[in-house]
Amino acid sequence: MERNPLRRQLQMMRKSFFDQGYLDDQFVQLEELQDEANPNFVEEVVTLYYRDSSRLILSIEQALERKPFDFNKLDAYMHQFKGSSSSIGAKKVKAESTLFREYCKSGNKEGCMRCFQQLKKEYATLRKKLEAYFQLARQAGPMETACRPK
Amino acid sequence: MTALVVDDNMVNRTIHHQLLDNLGIENVAVGNGKEAVDIHCSGKAFDLILMDMDMPIMNGIEATRKLREMGIRSMIAGVSTRSMEQEIREFIEAGLDDYQEKPLTVSKLISIIRKIN
Repeated sequence: MERNPLRRQLQMMRKSFFDQGYLDDQFVQLEELQDEANPNFVEEVVTLYYRDSSRLILSIEQALERKPFDFNKLDAYMHQFKGSSSSIGAKKVKAESTLFREYCKSGNKEGCMRCFQQLKKEYATLRKKLEAYFQLARQAGPMETACRPK
Repeated sequence: MTALVVDDNMVNRTIHHQLLDNLGIENVAVGNGKEAVDIHCSGKAFDLILMDMDMPIMNGIEATRKLREMGIRSMIAGVSTRSMEQEIREFIEAGLDDYQEKPLTVSKLISIIRKIN
């Protein structure tokens, strides 16, 4: 049981990400790549993800405004976005990406638009949670080992 | 051992680079199949190539085919989000030695490396 209150809070926050389905095991894989030589690896990758994927979000938004809909282009963008999201363990974001691609394949314009709104919500929610988590982690100081979710 | 990471996605390049680094494998990353071919044309050689499938300019299938035509005998492992057999069949037939579905993990990478050894 962690005695340091900040570290305990950090552990609980982290556990909630998995319990509530925001993150999956791929996030743990990233944590296991973090070491003394790269102590901020996870935060760096997540920051890179949000920077890189924001361009894709914008491209998808612009493509959704064009008429007629180019479902192939939308699917291609979302394929890239899903790949990145999957690489950081963004479980809910990945699920919405999968659903969006299914709507693209079936040519369902309304489905795409509805799904994209939900995807953006999940994307933003995860970003806020991870920003708070990394801020707390910086206050708590370096961890000695990564903890596997229970 | 040396490796080449071929992926248009910066997040994946970063993760794959770190995975290889942590296993003590010197590695270089490029952003598409054409860059993978060009780096070989410049005289560089690698024991392992981690090849993404969907990339702009030159995709993984074309790049793998081209590298094999050039006589490159390195272990080429396809790493992609594709999971349907017919989707990856063309990729495998282009000359892959192995295929792993993304996201790439330590255990998947170790299973690829074991095939080299």
